[in-house]
Amino acid sequence: MIIDSDVVTLSRLQFALTALYHFLFVPLTLGLIWILAIMESVYVMTGREVWKRMTQFWGVLFGINFAMGVATGITMEFQFGMNWAYYAHYVGDVFGTPLAIEGLMAFFLEGTLIGVFFMGWTRISPVKHLLVTWFLALATSLSALWILVANAWMQNPIGSAFNPETMRMEVTSFAEVFFNPVAQAKFVHTVSAGYVLGSMFVLSISAWYLLRGRNVDFAKRSMTVAASFGLAAALSVVVLGDESGYAVSENQKMKMAAIEAMWETEPAPASFTVFGIPDVQNRTTHYALQVPWVMGLIGTRSIDKPIPGINNLVEDTKGKIDNGIRAYDAMLVLREDRNNAQAKEILAAHDKDLGYALLLKHFVEDPRKATPEDIQKAADSTIPNVPVLFWSFRIMVACGFYFIALFGYSFWLASRRRLDRNRWYLRVALCSLPLPWLAAELGWIVAEYGRQPWAIEGILPTSLGVSSVSAGQVWTSLAGFVLFYTALAVVDAVLMLKFARKGPDGLGLWPVVKRDPSLRPALED
Amino acid sequence: MFDLDTLRVIWWALLGILLIAFAVTDGYDFGTAALLRVLGRDADERHVLLETVEPTWEGNQVWFVLGGGASFAAWPMLYAVSFSGMYLAIALVLLAFILRPVGFNFRGKIEHTRWQDLWDWVLVASGVTVPLLTGVAFGNLFLGVPFRFDDDLRMSWHGSFFELLHPFALLAGLVSLSMLLTHGAAWVALKADQSIAARAARIARWTCLAWAVLYVGAGIWLAYGIPGYAIASEVVPGGPSNPLFKQVATGSSWFASYMRHPWFWAAPVAAFAGALVLQWQVAKQRVSGFLGSSLMVIGTILSAGFALFPFLLPSSIDPRSSLTVWDASSSRSTLLLMLGATAVFLPLIVLYTSWVFKVMRGRVTLEHVRGTHRSY
Repeated sequence: MIIDSDVVTLSRLQFALTALYHFLFVPLTLGLIWILAIMESVYVMTGREVWKRMTQFWGVLFGINFAMGVATGITMEFQFGMNWAYYAHYVGDVFGTPLAIEGLMAFFLEGTLIGVFFMGWTRISPVKHLLVTWFLALATSLSALWILVANAWMQNPIGSAFNPETMRMEVTSFAEVFFNPVAQAKFVHTVSAGYVLGSMFVLSISAWYLLRGRNVDFAKRSMTVAASFGLAAALSVVVLGDESGYAVSENQKMKMAAIEAMWETEPAPASFTVFGIPDVQNRTTHYALQVPWVMGLIGTRSIDKPIPGINNLVEDTKGKIDNGIRAYDAMLVLREDRNNAQAKEILAAHDKDLGYALLLKHFVEDPRKATPEDIQKAADSTIPNVPVLFWSFRIMVACGFYFIALFGYSFWLASRRRLDRNRWYLRVALCSLPLPWLAAELGWIVAEYGRQPWAIEGILPTSLGVSSVSAGQVWTSLAGFVLFYTALAVVDAVLMLKFARKGPDGLGLWPVVKRDPSLRPALED
Repeated sequence: MFDLDTLRVIWWALLGILLIAFAVTDGYDFGTAALLRVLGRDADERHVLLETVEPTWEGNQVWFVLGGGASFAAWPMLYAVSFSGMYLAIALVLLAFILRPVGFNFRGKIEHTRWQDLWDWVLVASGVTVPLLTGVAFGNLFLGVPFRFDDDLRMSWHGSFFELLHPFALLAGLVSLSMLLTHGAAWVALKADQSIAARAARIARWTCLAWAVLYVGAGIWLAYGIPGYAIASEVVPGGPSNPLFKQVATGSSWFASYMRHPWFWAAPVAAFAGALVLQWQVAKQRVSGFLGSSLMVIGTILSAGFALFPFLLPSSIDPRSSLTVWDASSSRSTLLLMLGATAVFLPLIVLYTSWVFKVMRGRVTLEHVRGTHRSY
């Protein structure tokens, strides 16, 4: 079976575009719903109407975003079957389960309660409505948990083994799959990123109202919630970074080395390269500015464990490829003779490296006939795109530290009740709005682009996962996505701007009081 | 007690239950959307129609999402072959599913006639596309679809989008469309202002009649014009999930399983019973008419699933590649774990879904929509 490399490229492009697009909406849903839950809790506890109005106003913006998240999420579920059929067959036994449980446990709750959130204000008691909001918040985060359990298995595929009779991976321990350490690190990191984004959304739009002198008390209260929640989230997203999960597996190590542009293994604890120009050709990093110890601490949470460099990891890979070829050979023997005991034994010994033989298929038709050059090429192909990872990671981390600073300062201002005194601060808060999106998208690139050439690390190369569709078909769907997603992005932006501009006063949720923004604010209530 | 073969039958049934739950719940949303511009003569009437489905359509749609996830997990080959093989048809269904959530949410966000007209027609289009194409896909299952596996179990597809539009498949599409139009109209008769409800009831009776004619026609065509598939080698219900381990013969009848298990006839009988209840009750605008159309939907889907059993996806060009209940499932561990998860969460889903329907009960009147600002 010859695989059309155009289909591979187009399918990857389509998946990346649709996933990055979907991920514009998911983090806002994740973060904003908790802010709504906090606001509505204050309403129910104090009975003060303003907090209900806040929940309703931010809820309108939440609703627009939620619709986009749902619409683009279905694409993701369809695409595994449409464009990655061999992937779906090869790992569906393991990978499908967390997705199905996500539907059962989380998405169903979300989908069912969302209507009551918007249309139930007058139909149920405030306490019941609050419960609905809390369950919505819980469900969105649970949803992220199961999706990340699935994703973590792609990064660190434990709890499973190859079955030659069914030609696929099958689960051996669901406990291992569910409690994958990579999943835990990813979950905390990803939902925290969403909480940061939701907080920034509320902070920035509120800052705009204060700059305009509109909805002043409404905006200050909203900012106070956003500053507190945002500060906690920003600390969590940086301190509990996803990197803690990088030490556990080979490809994760490769990803970490690529992020660091660390070509050779350094003695522990490794230093962190703050700046440098990675040179892929000569496998070196020019003008490297290094801080000793930091990388070792981030990567291994210790001072005595070394972090392997790219070149060493490539050497290790060659050995795995040799083992993989043995497993591949045994698999072919078993296909002719289902009960060949010797082949079964060889396969059992080396099946965890079978994927490395599949990696050779990109270079040679039959992996058993690979030359040392083919093996070298296949081993080299496990190096991801170093400069992209290096820079994406640094920009993301810089954003993270900036969020801590901004939310920290906001929190300090809020606690001194001075949020509306400093126009420069308000302008900075407003202009920071796009940054959490930038950081979130770069995070996705580091995690997923950094996993290449694998779809499932060490198990299935991305290029083998595609469907037997024609390039023309993928062009058609890709063109459709570009067309409709662009149109929807415009509509979404127009509606978001329209309702943010209208504001709580324009929607009749808050009295229209135009206050001269240059005057000192009135006394607090 | 849960052997692989037992689990396979359970998951075949669960897949059917998910599909039926989707058709019974989201089916009325699609039917209502498809009839939006027929039943809703002016802006207020359309507002009423949309408000009958707005609180619940999103939860209803999750039955479909869950069905997709469950087939990925429990029947990965079925999911892989059908979604990639019928690529462009699935892409159209996907487009309908993408535009629907934003259609419901965005339509009311701008008070402008052309804007709302645009989204109305988007909703109508998605309300027609999904039932029609789902039916066409089902029709193709009986015809067999052009795919084969190689030794790596990599599937290759040897057909085009237009080949899916075989006359029998189109007929199946119309059965599905008329069925869900009836179901949607029965929903409107139950939930909308009585002036609209009366018109909906009349439409339901006509579309139900159309369904009966098309359904019987499809049955006769299936019995006399379309060869069935049968497993020709020894059936190993607990064997490994590799379709290539069996042999398949064509030429028998799709009604063979009805002969083997006479109780299967209960499904088409239920469908007709539901249609009769609908004809008799729908004008009364009570829940009984809606229950009638629900029974019709359940019976129709079951009758198709029963005829196919044990086949899931027959192959027209390489019959032994056909997917059956016995050789296309996940491993025992996966089926068992998923069954456990379903046993815990499905009752909870039914519980909170019922609560939401209870909270949102009652008729949406014209008076109500004229008096309130849109809340969604």
